[in-house]
Amino acid sequence: MSDIATRYLGLTLKSPLVASASPLCESVPNIRELEDAGMGAVVLPSLFEEQLELESNALDDDLWRGAESYPESQSLLPDLEDYNLGPDGYLDLIEGAKAAVDIPVIASLNGVSPGGWAEYARLMEEAGADAIELNIYSISTEPSVGAAEVEKGYVDFVRQIKRTTRIPVAVKLSPFFSAPANIALRLDDAGADGLVLFNRFYQPDFDVESLEVVPRLTLSHPDELLLRLHWTAILSDHVEADLAVTGGVHSAVDVVKAIMAGASVTMVASVLLQKGIHHACSILSDLRRWLEEHEYDSVRQMCGSMSRRSVPDPSAFERGNYMRVLSSHALKPSS
Amino acid sequence: MKVPEKVSATFDVLPPVPARAPAFVREVVGTIIAGNGDALPVSALPIDGTFPTATAQWEKRNIAQQIPVWDAELCIQCGKCVMVCPHAVIRAKVYDSLLLSNAPPTFKTAQPCWREFASLRYTLQVAPEDCTGCRLCVEICPAKSKSEVKHKAINMEMQAPLRQQESANWEFFLSLPEFDRERISHTQVKDTQLLEPLFEFSGACAGCGETPYIKLLTQLFGDRLLIANATGCSSIYGGNLPTTPYTVNREGRGPAWSNSLFEDNAEFGLGMRLAMDQQAVFAHHLLTQLSGPLGGVLVTGLREADQSKEAGIKAQRQRVAELKGKLAGIDSAEARALLAVADALVRKSVWIVGGDGWAYDIGAAGLDHVLGSGRNVNLLVLDTEVYSNTGGQMSKATPRGSVAKFATGGKQTAKKDLAMEAISYGYVYVARVAMGGGDTHTIKAFQEAEAHDGPSLIIAYSHCIAHGYDLGFGLNQQKNAVLSGYWPLVRYNPALRLAGKNPFQLDSKPPSIPLKQYAYQEARYTMLAQSDPKAARELLRAAQDDVERQWRVYSSRAAMPGRAETPHPVETVKEGGEGK
Repeated sequence: MSDIATRYLGLTLKSPLVASASPLCESVPNIRELEDAGMGAVVLPSLFEEQLELESNALDDDLWRGAESYPESQSLLPDLEDYNLGPDGYLDLIEGAKAAVDIPVIASLNGVSPGGWAEYARLMEEAGADAIELNIYSISTEPSVGAAEVEKGYVDFVRQIKRTTRIPVAVKLSPFFSAPANIALRLDDAGADGLVLFNRFYQPDFDVESLEVVPRLTLSHPDELLLRLHWTAILSDHVEADLAVTGGVHSAVDVVKAIMAGASVTMVASVLLQKGIHHACSILSDLRRWLEEHEYDSVRQMCGSMSRRSVPDPSAFERGNYMRVLSSHALKPSS
Repeated sequence: MKVPEKVSATFDVLPPVPARAPAFVREVVGTIIAGNGDALPVSALPIDGTFPTATAQWEKRNIAQQIPVWDAELCIQCGKCVMVCPHAVIRAKVYDSLLLSNAPPTFKTAQPCWREFASLRYTLQVAPEDCTGCRLCVEICPAKSKSEVKHKAINMEMQAPLRQQESANWEFFLSLPEFDRERISHTQVKDTQLLEPLFEFSGACAGCGETPYIKLLTQLFGDRLLIANATGCSSIYGGNLPTTPYTVNREGRGPAWSNSLFEDNAEFGLGMRLAMDQQAVFAHHLLTQLSGPLGGVLVTGLREADQSKEAGIKAQRQRVAELKGKLAGIDSAEARALLAVADALVRKSVWIVGGDGWAYDIGAAGLDHVLGSGRNVNLLVLDTEVYSNTGGQMSKATPRGSVAKFATGGKQTAKKDLAMEAISYGYVYVARVAMGGGDTHTIKAFQEAEAHDGPSLIIAYSHCIAHGYDLGFGLNQQKNAVLSGYWPLVRYNPALRLAGKNPFQLDSKPPSIPLKQYAYQEARYTMLAQSDPKAARELLRAAQDDVERQWRVYSSRAAMPGRAETPHPVETVKEGGEGK
């Protein structure tokens, strides 16, 4: 029987399938179910520093609303002794998950301030997280801030967190860099133990009837995998950090492709949200069958076997390939 | 900092009321507004404690930093802003274009969107000094610019630079005649915006969710309205000294209003009904006695008048005027007695108004007695789901999971279903309304309640500062309450029952959003989620169950066939008890 164990961020995982940060991992019973289904690790949903601040400010605003006009409104809602406005709920989830499962529990953090990143990372480590995934999701809407400044911020954050925590740190990247390989390398140098390719962003949609901008959540599609394969194949030859592929992984063949490109693990959420946690069992049994049918001893054996350096014609990953794909779609002459 | 040696400003504090206000307003009301009430001699006050209405209009508070400004070209004249304005500071009129000859230069006007009034002009005008700046009108406005969607047909702008010009426009607007009530529908939002409100500029909170219902009540029936008001917010803003927001139309008619206690307000209002009915009975008796000198045609007309519609009421008022003229020439005790009660011959609309603290809790037994009396009274419950005026205490209307005083850990039990209690009588007209969830539905319910010759109960969802969110979004929250199924729109009309139909009408669609999406916009819910997340989760789950259970009950009730609609043959009982 083929061995599907892998190593990621210095941790030993019983399978290369990891639950990515999503609502699936919001509760301990679900996390236990994910372990039972054979997942190698779980990434908890992101703790958003900005959200904690907004919630705190919003509650304060709402409790005091109207007080400037109507003094009575100060006391309309009773004073409660304590509000759980900090990360306590999140830290409880880490502790609960650690007590319930044996697989690694990876906390996910989205910070906005240098102090915030470091403080929350420290608290996550104390709560027992096996590793931290930094979700560097920020939207640079300020035109006067250049790419170099934004990228430097990311690298500095990673360096700072590596200084303040002892557990491994992965960085979840966006595909929208002018030079993705360069930023990957710099994060690698800053000490990132893993790079997660790539974050999926949720752009708002337009409702043209109500003329409103509305939030829209779309689950991933297997087509999205191609971008991840491409950059995994390029980066795996250049960085020390482990690579994880997330976004568009829906089947055992997708897992195989990602590992061949050079990923240590593949992360899934959408397909489990659609088909249920138990679907992970099918993916893993398909993976085992595929490995046996193709006579692979282990997933480690094929890791990076189709990276840019490992394929006979690296131009497939370069611009020339773009031209070839376009020309293959030329209209056929009408008969 | 160098302080000048003498005051150099040339302006002074404005007088509490303008010099052109009536003498009583200047001398008594104005003195109280200025904070000098203690200086008034007792003799200055009304001898029986009855204060005149129509006085809030003189108290120009100027509290809004920003006020709505109308874009006449973009406006579709739907009337929603007029309907939701808690302080009656946005109004619409349709009028003859000839009247514009004296209009101030910045007075805006547009062609009416009614085909039949195309030759006239339309204006939407804001009272700049009375607006509280709540933004409900802007949030409800559905008309957005095609080139910049944030620009609507109403937009907030700074008040100070507009004050003088818009005050002049407001004065001119008020001078325009009211539109003929008989030429418009009284069941459509678009048309009812043209009905004059007789409740204006109250001291209610900016963005109040209660006052739009009261204002609507006065637009529909204000010239024949008697209100018994339970203690609570509506008694404070409804009749707080020194000014009174209830006002009168050009004929001098407007609501008569009085306040009673939490525990007996329903009975207080029933007393108004019985008194008016008794006066009418006495008047009919005297008409019979005086039929000789008054003439048979007039007496028959007065006795048999059909007053089910406004036209019939108007005709009856003319007969009463004629009657009074004739009675003045008759020197008898009967004639003098009839003169005193002649106005009771015109149909009156009695409304018993209060909040949930009154209706669900302290006055609940009285409310039940009054419903049980079968008399023609209307009860309006302004349901904020908490004792608002007394400081946010829990009532039996408080929903499960929300925080209030005496429910600091979140209310553990579900809200009482007052509608179903009243429906159990069978002969009570009952409606659950939410203006933001169905504005036309609200108007229809008010009309049906008034038309029902028996007790009626309207339970009106009212957003409130005690819910803990920006009330500019009050109507959105009302809509969410309906979409989540938390607040189903319901009408139970006994008239349908008599016609053999199912009297229970469920007017909103099945829940389409989870309760959480509605509830967790408000601090009364989220403060528990952030202080005791586990308890909040459990209460939310139970509250969602409440919603689903309620929907199952309501939808099954609405799906029941009426007596004449039943698909199965039923046994009917002949007179004498013989079945067939």
